[in-house]
Amino acid sequence: MTAKTLSPVIEKEQIALLEQLSNACGILSDVGEVRKIVLEKIQPYCDSVKVDALGNILAIRKAQQPGALRVMLAAHMDEVGFMVVESEEGGLFKLVTVGGIDVRYLPGKPVLVGKDHVPGVIGAKPIHLMKRDEMQTAMDLDGLRLDVGPDGGDKVKPGDHVYFATRFQQVGSSMVGKALDDRIGVVTLATLLQYAPANIELLAAFTTQEEIGLRGARVAAYGFDPDLAIVLDSTPAHDYPSYDGSENRYFNTRLDAGPAIYVADTGTISDPRLLQHLFRVAAENGIPYQIRQPGPGGTDAGSIHKQRSGIPSVSISVPGRYAHSPVMVSRLSDWRNSLTLAHTALTTLPQDILQRA
Amino acid sequence: MTDIKQFLNELLSLPGLSAYEGPAREHIASTWKPLVDEMQVSPIGSLHALKKGFGSEPRPRILLAAHMDAIGMMVTGVTDGFLSFTEIGGIDPRLLPGLRVTVHAKRNLPGIIVMPRDALLPERKSETPVEMKYLFIDLGLSAAETAELVQIGDLVSFAQEPMELPNGIITGHSLDNRASVAAVTACLEELHNVQHAWDVWAVATAQEEETLGGGFTAPFAIRPDLAVAIDVTFAKGPGASDWRTFPLGKGVSLGIGSNVHPGFFKAVKEVADKLDIPVHNELMPRGSGTDALAMQIVADGITTLVIGIPLRYMHTPVEMVAMKDIQRAGHLLASFIATLPVDFMQNLKWDD
Amino acid sequence: MKELIRSLVEATGPSGYETQVRELVQTSITGLADEVKVDALGNLIARKGKLKEGGKRVMLSAHMDEIGLIATFVDDNGFIRFTANGGVFPVYLLGSRVRFLNGVEGVIGAESNNLRDQAPAMDKCFIDVGAKDRLGCPVSVGDMAVFVRPYLDLGDRLVSKALDDRVGVAILVEALKQLQDTPNELYFVFSTQEEVGTRGAITAAYAVDPELGIALDVTKTGDTPKCDKMEVTLGKGPTVKVRDSGMLSDPRVVRWMRKTAEKAGIPYQLEVLEAGSTDARSIQVTRAGVPVGVISIPCRYVHSPSEMVDYQDVVNSVKLLVALLSERIVLEQQ
Repeated sequence: MTAKTLSPVIEKEQIALLEQLSNACGILSDVGEVRKIVLEKIQPYCDSVKVDALGNILAIRKAQQPGALRVMLAAHMDEVGFMVVESEEGGLFKLVTVGGIDVRYLPGKPVLVGKDHVPGVIGAKPIHLMKRDEMQTAMDLDGLRLDVGPDGGDKVKPGDHVYFATRFQQVGSSMVGKALDDRIGVVTLATLLQYAPANIELLAAFTTQEEIGLRGARVAAYGFDPDLAIVLDSTPAHDYPSYDGSENRYFNTRLDAGPAIYVADTGTISDPRLLQHLFRVAAENGIPYQIRQPGPGGTDAGSIHKQRSGIPSVSISVPGRYAHSPVMVSRLSDWRNSLTLAHTALTTLPQDILQRA
Repeated sequence: MTDIKQFLNELLSLPGLSAYEGPAREHIASTWKPLVDEMQVSPIGSLHALKKGFGSEPRPRILLAAHMDAIGMMVTGVTDGFLSFTEIGGIDPRLLPGLRVTVHAKRNLPGIIVMPRDALLPERKSETPVEMKYLFIDLGLSAAETAELVQIGDLVSFAQEPMELPNGIITGHSLDNRASVAAVTACLEELHNVQHAWDVWAVATAQEEETLGGGFTAPFAIRPDLAVAIDVTFAKGPGASDWRTFPLGKGVSLGIGSNVHPGFFKAVKEVADKLDIPVHNELMPRGSGTDALAMQIVADGITTLVIGIPLRYMHTPVEMVAMKDIQRAGHLLASFIATLPVDFMQNLKWDD
Repeated sequence: MKELIRSLVEATGPSGYETQVRELVQTSITGLADEVKVDALGNLIARKGKLKEGGKRVMLSAHMDEIGLIATFVDDNGFIRFTANGGVFPVYLLGSRVRFLNGVEGVIGAESNNLRDQAPAMDKCFIDVGAKDRLGCPVSVGDMAVFVRPYLDLGDRLVSKALDDRVGVAILVEALKQLQDTPNELYFVFSTQEEVGTRGAITAAYAVDPELGIALDVTKTGDTPKCDKMEVTLGKGPTVKVRDSGMLSDPRVVRWMRKTAEKAGIPYQLEVLEAGSTDARSIQVTRAGVPVGVISIPCRYVHSPSEMVDYQDVVNSVKLLVALLSERIVLEQQ
């Protein structure tokens, strides 16, 4: 008999936590603000918690039965943003992007600088002063400046990280915010710790440096040395019409089509045994899911599966539109189904899943 | 006492291309021998040297990594006495025509790099740079002699001899990163009569320019608590003036970014400030291009730091560095280690 | 050995889904190894010998996977769009035939049906499996396919898809057969996911923890009309790799391989490969580091559906490998 576990849900409490985390700021290993919120939330549910040399949170919740599979779950705490690299006169600063950001998103956006969230903007030339052809050329980073106001310069210094200033909002069935990639996975993972399945040893890694080479997850996986791993991330949904009305075959994922399961991406070919388990669990429990279109991109699984003598891995993502831009949109339904899929897959995880057929 | 400048000059004259660091490694080993307690050569050719701490065991460990491998070239073919070649490490082919090199064949052979005239190349706009695959090395030997002496896979080094300019400025090839090996040597020298609590592992890493090989493997063998990459960084000079550059001879840099633990940075910065060693903040928004990039993610993760020695004309045969900065890097490391408390790791904090 | 090569190249084994190939290898090495296991990433690891006085723990690696395609989209009319699984060159796509893991076969077409001297980009191509609409298409998003093309025995020269690296697999199997006594502890690793970033070898090398690593893989040649310059020729023997774009072989290993070949009178060539790498790259930086070398089999038209190797090169690769592994291994400093 398996011990009875409560099923987790996405309700006010989880959405409030996501709001708090989406508005918090953190790049690479400089994720102190996010880490603090997560630590506070998960501490009561964990048997052990530590922060490692890269700033990952490594939390363990033990199984309630002997010989349980040791399952690593990972969600990354870092987001994309910028670093201030050079100061100029009058509160102006040069920036460099950190993580994959399309520079065309930058002009005219409000931002927050550093741990104190100093407000600033990335300005743009008035349209009135432009030469005829200027609008045909993309503005490049060398031409853009962070502006914190003529007298605000002393609150900002080179080395500070800079973040989009978008505030979280719930709009109908959607969530709108800046760092849903992957704070949404962070909340999912925190919730799974809270409602931990009794049949597995849950090894939770809230990782750093995902956006710049999946580096935190690498050392976390080495440290945990789990039997298998599931990554909880956010993935782009480009499910909007093409300019000429032709069928969109580059959508990656679609909103409201359920959690996105990865078969293959740039970094990982998912373990077929874990894939089959997810497909079966979804079918048996009527949980909708979609297969993320194989192709470019990746998750922490890309480094996890190659650690030690190999760690079977798979990823489940909540689709979100406009990833790596100032604002993302995800659906509550996809988030709920992702949590349900992950939780059900764990509670029903066959003890012999790794005995290859 | 080791004369650091003399040691560096000797080291610069020795070949030691990535994966073929032997000659450089032997010279470093003989210089370090009186300064350390144990030495090993790693399976891929890094030199691991331990200077034991004075506390009781188990002692915490700090790893100082400076790569000793140099960039250069490798022979890919021998045709009618002319050698075609490819690069080891990153080299701008535009600075090769007319350059003097040494081909490490059955014996060391002097050679020059030749740019064929446009008429002998695929159709091109005249005076555009010639790609490396069309350049040749001419040894001044007959085709038969060349074929007898040279084979595919032979190494080619820059033949530029080091020179000293006024005020302790050294110029030559392979200062990236022999300058940092000299700095680690200066550190060991200074620690010679110091009672430090930590074990100090001085490592001359192999294959940094190609695979960060030494950076990935040395920490796995040593399992340090702290690891420092000492490498050259960009000095201000012709063609290099932005935020990534620092004045030559005016102090070393300390990296800031994802490959550097902020608590480690703070502790080293405090030592520098106390001793009036000028240090610059080197921003690494997307990570460091040094062994630290590898060392940080070895095993279950290692607390890392990057120290940079400003250098002009990186990856050319006339790199330029200030002895003063080399001494500063060594002094900073030695001073930090001398005062490093046994419980440093327990008190190391994230700046949350 | 030709029969073994033929059965191996005719198997379907895209990166990550190497089961068919693994089963073939398992069958062909039955009784030859002292211990056989499959690791978490699907690598087949066969041990022969137990460490004796003066011996070394050696990892040998040849990859089982081949390049292929993954379905990314099925349109209303049943045409399948795809992306690459490994290094597929668009120039080889048009007109090629593919086989999916479930056995379904199809042909590759391109959006413009008037292309004569131009290779279409991959995202302008599609697979036609003869389906009439989306529902009737027997392929789903995420399904993997490989190229198909009949195996050709031209006497000295063999032509097929997936000679990269089933020929290396065959050489390892044959060497395992021929090896008699060895002072070394040999791990024959039939690795996975090489074509997507030498991934299988990473975890296999970690588990084996070898003192020496040798990869067996194909390399390019410079012996076809007006091709890029490279001093490797089909039929002149296996190569001893000095470097490729992913790593530098350990100079001591290069010397040992050359000496052994010369002593045994086995022809060999020296190789510098400017684009491409092998499992040795992963083995080299495993744990505290591993000296590595590579024996390559010269191969024309690498990553096309019609790769070509010379059978004598294959036979000589086996000889060289057996000669290398039968004795005590001494790596001398320069």
